[in-house]
Amino acid sequence: MDFATFLIQTLNSLQYGLLLFLVASGLTLVFGIMGIINLAHGSFYMIGAYMAFVLSSATGSLVWAIVLGIPLALIFGAFLEWALFSRLYKRDHLEQVLLTYGLILVFEQLRSLLVDNDVHGVDIPAFLGASIQLTDVLSYPVYRLAISAVCIVLAVALYFVIQRTRLGMMIRAGNDDRTMVEALGININMIYRVVFALGVALAALAGMLAAPISSVFPNMGGQVLIISFVIVVIGGIGSVWGALVAALIVGFADTFGKVLLPEISGMVVYLVMAAVLLWRPEGILKKG
Amino acid sequence: MNAQVSLILKLAVLAVLACVPLTGESFYVEVVSKMLVMAIFAMSLDLLVGFTGLVSLGHAAYFGIAAYAAALLSPKYDAASLWFLFPASVGLAALAALVIGLFVLRTKGIYFIMVTLAFAQMAYFVFHDTPVGGGSDGIYLNVKPSAAIGGWEPFDLGNEHHQYYFILAILVLVYLFLARVLKSPFGRALVGIKSNEHRMQSMGYLTFRYKLGAFTLAGALGGVAGFLYAVMFGFVTPELLSWHESGNVLLMVILGGMGNLVGAAVGAFAFEGMRGVFEGWTEHWQLLMGSVIVAVVLFLPGGLSSLPGRLRRALQGGDDK
Repeated sequence: MDFATFLIQTLNSLQYGLLLFLVASGLTLVFGIMGIINLAHGSFYMIGAYMAFVLSSATGSLVWAIVLGIPLALIFGAFLEWALFSRLYKRDHLEQVLLTYGLILVFEQLRSLLVDNDVHGVDIPAFLGASIQLTDVLSYPVYRLAISAVCIVLAVALYFVIQRTRLGMMIRAGNDDRTMVEALGININMIYRVVFALGVALAALAGMLAAPISSVFPNMGGQVLIISFVIVVIGGIGSVWGALVAALIVGFADTFGKVLLPEISGMVVYLVMAAVLLWRPEGILKKG
Repeated sequence: MNAQVSLILKLAVLAVLACVPLTGESFYVEVVSKMLVMAIFAMSLDLLVGFTGLVSLGHAAYFGIAAYAAALLSPKYDAASLWFLFPASVGLAALAALVIGLFVLRTKGIYFIMVTLAFAQMAYFVFHDTPVGGGSDGIYLNVKPSAAIGGWEPFDLGNEHHQYYFILAILVLVYLFLARVLKSPFGRALVGIKSNEHRMQSMGYLTFRYKLGAFTLAGALGGVAGFLYAVMFGFVTPELLSWHESGNVLLMVILGGMGNLVGAAVGAFAFEGMRGVFEGWTEHWQLLMGSVIVAVVLFLPGGLSSLPGRLRRALQGGDDK
């Protein structure tokens, strides 16, 4: 592998890992704070991607689609939490698995009814359409760099919100001991709703950003869901920074796995997970 | 329900099932055969979920591994011996469950759910991405295994009715076996682990070994179902190991009410029955299925088998607890 190829694969790994972080961070927060295992989280990614397709066809630009899509995703998330997930907090994991599995079926079929079952492309916004020439034959698209940049900004923002704001303090407290938080007079249900809506919006945004690269296709949420699970397990449930580290590990393992070990590329990520679990059964950065 | 009534009911259901081939409708025989196979599969998972308290979201792996083993170990244009193929396929599923169990049983709770899922995905990719079993196209089991012992052939799986009764007999055997296991000290220990693992440990039980035993046994019995499926349909694809299948079988167990072997079987029948009905109505049958699942979780926490009790209490005007 020459240097240019290596550079490209490294950038791809970073971009893929950071994008996965957007999905996994919401998943791990919902696990950690609300104690809910949400199989439908991958569907939010799928919904985001289809919103990108529908809205960018309507408005003519992915940027507008994202500007419109994020508030929609937040409202959708808050609604779901109010209508369904708030009823699951006191149920056991099994029922959560079941209900969210049912939701996947519902979301996929609604997608099929409202849009269709075809594969669709989404255009890259014109101002990000260029490529950077690395060698005579190899170039790197600016759009992928832009994705990485957006994800890094969001990760920093998330860090700031969680570590430096009052809301973040309440979220962290809820993560540690929800009964105590309630006893202190904080409306924990409101925090749950905010966190859930945030998680939905992050996953949907990841889907919108990925839509031009991966295109938009049925069941695209399933793959992302399982990889995000792996990330949450490797990182330690409830740990956002664990999810960041794990997402990058998975991004590199998957991208370089495809280049170096194409025969078993589908398994590389799971092998990494098995190795991590042997070493640390509760993830790299288990909280508490 | 006292034991006698329960036994009579079970025998009555068995009698009804035994009469299905008498209708002479090939369609019904096939539909019910598949339900029987799924009932075995659901009971095997119930041993883990309902009795040991281990929520596995990767149970389809063992079903699929045994199904692939059946297809791969059969000669291409010749019948394998049932008496070799059956134990070999089930043994491989059990071996896979034993090895995977060594890893996944180190984890608990949500981790366990996700790690079983991840290992099942790994198995899925082995068959999906490598040429071992025909890749994503799957593989055919061209000739059904032969039941001949020496020159004597007690039954012929190529005959639809023989096959039906063979599957029904295996279902009854698996049920009796599991019921016996659950009454044994081993089964009692599993139930104890479900209600309080720490207490079992402090009483001196090496709970890891018990859980590994249960995981392996459940994998083996899931393999029994997978083997029967492969023989019945003669065609095996990676989708058999997909996490949707693991989700479906979990659904059957919960639909019927966990910790109840008959309930698991009822759940399998209900699930396959609903699928059949919904598929007849619309191509978007999964929308209906998903809505039913959501509704069952929200409004019927004990599963379908809690319905008679709920109805009785409702009729007597008591509180619905």
